[in-house]
Amino acid sequence: MRFLFKTDYEDDIRLFPHSGYVVSYGLLFAVLLIAPYVLSSYLMSQLVFVCIYATVGVALLILTGFTGQASLGHAAFLAIGAYTAAYLQKYNVPFPAYFLAAGALTGCIGALVGFPALRLQGIYLVIATISFAFIVEEILARWESVTNGNEGLRVKALSLLGVTVSRDSPTFYFLCLAVLVLTIVGTLNLLRSPTGRAFVAIRDSETAARSMGVNVALYKVKSFAISAAITGFAGVLFAHKLSFISPEMFTLQLSIEFIIVILIGGTFSLHGAVLGAIFIVMIDPFLTYLKDDMPGIIAGIATTLGAGTATAGNIQSEVAAFASLNGLKGAIYGIIIVLFVLFEPLGLYGRWLKIKLFFQLFPLYKRATFKRQKIYVKSERNR
Amino acid sequence: MLDFVQQLVSGVALGCVYGLIALGFVLVYKATEVVNFAQGDLMMLGGFFAFTFIGMMGLNYWVGFAGAVAAMALFGMLAERIVVRPILGYPQFSIIMATIGLGYFLRSVAGMIWGTDDFKIETPFSQGVLRIGSLVLAHDKLSVIAATIILCTLLWLFFNKTALGTAMRASSENMLAAYYMGIPVKRVVSIVWAISAAVATCAGVLLAPITFIHSNVGLVLGLKAFPAAVLGGFGSIPGAVVGGVLIGVIESMAGFYLPEGWKDVAPYIVLLVVLLLKPEGLFGLHARKKV
Repeated sequence: MRFLFKTDYEDDIRLFPHSGYVVSYGLLFAVLLIAPYVLSSYLMSQLVFVCIYATVGVALLILTGFTGQASLGHAAFLAIGAYTAAYLQKYNVPFPAYFLAAGALTGCIGALVGFPALRLQGIYLVIATISFAFIVEEILARWESVTNGNEGLRVKALSLLGVTVSRDSPTFYFLCLAVLVLTIVGTLNLLRSPTGRAFVAIRDSETAARSMGVNVALYKVKSFAISAAITGFAGVLFAHKLSFISPEMFTLQLSIEFIIVILIGGTFSLHGAVLGAIFIVMIDPFLTYLKDDMPGIIAGIATTLGAGTATAGNIQSEVAAFASLNGLKGAIYGIIIVLFVLFEPLGLYGRWLKIKLFFQLFPLYKRATFKRQKIYVKSERNR
Repeated sequence: MLDFVQQLVSGVALGCVYGLIALGFVLVYKATEVVNFAQGDLMMLGGFFAFTFIGMMGLNYWVGFAGAVAAMALFGMLAERIVVRPILGYPQFSIIMATIGLGYFLRSVAGMIWGTDDFKIETPFSQGVLRIGSLVLAHDKLSVIAATIILCTLLWLFFNKTALGTAMRASSENMLAAYYMGIPVKRVVSIVWAISAAVATCAGVLLAPITFIHSNVGLVLGLKAFPAAVLGGFGSIPGAVVGGVLIGVIESMAGFYLPEGWKDVAPYIVLLVVLLLKPEGLFGLHARKKV
């Protein structure tokens, strides 16, 4: 175990507390850089989606995790980013220009959403953001001169510095990875700046933050704008990756998936957003695996355990029938959300912290270290 | 004018269903400060139970109705025991997520059990219509309005005139203090969930002739009932019903008088405007924290 002796105020807000971080993240980054030359094209595609989802997850973390403003409307921001890119592309605007324009526009709209949100708390805010997302979805479906309505829009491959980057090429992956890494580093820097501390103060207690001189309204709007802008950037990449966008892609379902990303990852750490994104993206390949290979494997195990061929065949067909049930994905989502909320509210990253602490303190680990406190009196109604 | 009244009545009938679902939200929120995102799915499940009893087992409509309500009341208690009780007293965000998860689960499982087709329940008042002059009012819509009035009266009496209702109001004010005063808070919360699931079932069964039952109906209607509850001010029983009726009327008027596409959005636009002007909803209490 390594002890961190802090002898200076600056030590508290260092980007890398010690050299171990530099080494491990450097290694991870190196692995990610060689990944496109090793992995299959399907897995690469999934990895690109992980990058995009993780970027949105980080954006949502800034808003929900660190400022305490729940939002179920992030699919709308993603949609605005994606549609801005697709629209500007038709007029031969270069990629960097429309990439930035999408972020700027989404950021502005995010700030506009942030203003009404100033007066709203908790559940009212959630409903307001859902309403906003519905309205955006309907506008996308109806404003046919720009969005082509329900027909959807084709998105051409992006061209960067005169080179066409197809959506399956390693270059596109590197682009997504770069956006993700820049977002993460930017967010880390944001969180150790006065702005980030103000966000956290607002999350912990608005009244206390206000009495410390934090301009609550300003920082809430800022948080909305930053979060929306990052989501807008992710939207551009999303549009290019899918190469076709239509309004029914950006539904409440997607917003909930983003919330699941930060919930499963853990709502207090940026690692969580990445872990959650990996989880959400990998659930589809997992279901395919469950459908295609799992029945055979289980039947094989049954045979080796001494079951007859007929019984094994029965088992195989039953497992296959179960795995191809309609709506299995939804049920898995549901169960996993409930289990995480009940048993691991800190998410996957929290689990990792617990394991790490267990080994660091080996004989002395106390289970109560991470115990949450129940607060029966503090009503969120009158906060 | 005739069209207007016609639209008004069907809007009110639809709004009463939203109001009934919103009532479930409000009951749970009032007692435990839990926002139950699975309320619409409880309604869907109640509708399917009733369909199983009436349509598949061939029971009498009223017996099937009562059976579905009883079964769902038990189910509500079960859901409370498993999903909600362990996380009571934690931040609202975790509870919202847990109920969203519960809703996902119920929707998928209902789809697995009953399939994804539309189902219809034969009711005693499916066919009849009431004619006043040239105004034609379908019985199933009137039945929804009547049932909403009856249920609201019962709930109002229950909350204001019985000891249990008073206990519920007390535990909603301050759970810990209610516990110290000898109120069995856990049992109260269980009962609240049972009642809210039962109310949701009533909504589901009444709704069955108007829009058919399918596994996603809960999501669709739940998302309309939310604005209803928020519009009325979360935590106010008359507010929920008034909010529901407002949403229903706005929706049916927008569908009739405005161009296509406004029908689905109009309730949300009205909701945003109301929240901008009056963030605590129409009937909500404005509470301030004392430091």
